[in-house]
Amino acid sequence: MDTMRDRFAPVISRLLDEDPRVAVVLAEIGVDGFADARGRHPDRVINVGIREQLLIGTGAGLALTGLRPVVHTFASFLVERPFEQVKLDLGHQGVGAVLVSAAASFDWPAGGYTHMAPGDVALLDTVDGWTVHVPGHPDEAETLLRQAVAADDDKVYVRLSVQSNAHGLPVDGARLRTVREGRAGVVLAVGPTLDAVLDATEGIDVTVLYATTVRPLDTAALRRATESAGTDVVLVEPYLAGTSTATVNDALSHVPHRVLGLGVGRRELRRYGTVEEHVAAHGLDARSLRERIAGFVAGAR
Amino acid sequence: MTIIDEGTRTYGCTDLPRLMALMTGDEKHGPAATSTLDVLWVLYDRVLRVEPGRLEDPGRDRFLLSKGHGPMAYYAVLAAKGFVPVDWLPGFGSYDSPLGHHPDRMLVPGAEIGSGSLGHGLPIAVGTALGLRAQGLVEPRVWVLIGDAELDEGSNHEAIAFAGPAGLDRLHTVVVDNASASHARPGGIAARFDAAGWSTVTVDGRDHAALHAAFTAPHPGRPHVVVARVEPKSA
Repeated sequence: MDTMRDRFAPVISRLLDEDPRVAVVLAEIGVDGFADARGRHPDRVINVGIREQLLIGTGAGLALTGLRPVVHTFASFLVERPFEQVKLDLGHQGVGAVLVSAAASFDWPAGGYTHMAPGDVALLDTVDGWTVHVPGHPDEAETLLRQAVAADDDKVYVRLSVQSNAHGLPVDGARLRTVREGRAGVVLAVGPTLDAVLDATEGIDVTVLYATTVRPLDTAALRRATESAGTDVVLVEPYLAGTSTATVNDALSHVPHRVLGLGVGRRELRRYGTVEEHVAAHGLDARSLRERIAGFVAGAR
Repeated sequence: MTIIDEGTRTYGCTDLPRLMALMTGDEKHGPAATSTLDVLWVLYDRVLRVEPGRLEDPGRDRFLLSKGHGPMAYYAVLAAKGFVPVDWLPGFGSYDSPLGHHPDRMLVPGAEIGSGSLGHGLPIAVGTALGLRAQGLVEPRVWVLIGDAELDEGSNHEAIAFAGPAGLDRLHTVVVDNASASHARPGGIAARFDAAGWSTVTVDGRDHAALHAAFTAPHPGRPHVVVARVEPKSA
């Protein structure tokens, strides 16, 4: 199966052909995918070199002239390294951009911690007005990329990963999707964690909700789910554990509730290896998830 | 009796100290507070093609104040040129005033960017020049003002190193050099730009004729920097 990132350059290249407002800004990473598009649109496919502060600043300048910048590199160099540019050049200046990241929390474990960004979504939570899409399949990524570019001048983050579910689901860029209904709790699976969550909750009487857009989170659908399944909520996120715990607490502040936030641990593992090994090390494989989810929802009784 | 309508009168360079005094209560400003004053006046009076009536015109020149510190001179010039009302000036820095100690583009008519954190203006100016070029807008020029100590920030060097080879000839930088960097740039400021392929001129930042000549010097195919030297901050 191809990856989400394999879809990125072809989708955005088509949008470059269709919409004269679209411009792509790169910092060496991902340049090859845009070689053809750059030939057709030399002024709207921009590679600033290995300069990530300039990457975001350039995107902001393009937006100030009315263009719709799509800015891409690995998550650690897109959100973490130039975070003040994200905060000021986009947010404070009042302009938007589509930031599309690759490598996610640990897509390249052999690359080590320098190329891991489990904290990207949590960081964006410290600033106002970001839409955050976390697709769980290349087909979903394609849909969400198109929506992100079409979203006026909004600030949109699209988090691409090599981790993927086996099959894509219809996504609308806003709402939660109910995948399974139960009565003993709600499990909210984000993006590529869905397959493991479905395996883990097989035979457990819980509602499983699926999120590919986590900011803003569809809290109305979450509240509705808790009305029939109860207010024990487990979050399974493919980035820093607990990133959405406060959001869920706020959504359920009107009722007694419990939240368990599962995701990538803060502790630096200092391990290389494979994605599967890192998934297991963070307790996000189906067996570990089953143990923790079952223990939590049973613990309420 | 002569009644002067503050809303319609025109202001000259000699009015600027009085306008600044509306913000500070003091007509005698130290060199640091006015280091940018002559540069700003010559740009807004004789170089920039931008007026209060065309703030949304895609074809206007863009002036980006990157060095957002000490913006009284900037506000005084914007008031003198009719971008902001003179009666905004006395509220400078207060809760209800649009005029803060660092400018906010969402609050100040005519301010192309908000600034305050150093090193953001030049990268944004690069993007602005690229965005205008991509839309076939070849007339508007992009100007960014930075301070000599602001060049300490590495983000500037990402922009300088890119803009030269990219041939961004619509991009202009003016560095107001009041020798405020603790560690002066090795080889001088102009040399840094020259090494990246920029056109460079260094002039007396108080000499209006020299500033105008430097601002309007031709620089085909290359971005242009004017280093405007003024009195050292510590003098």
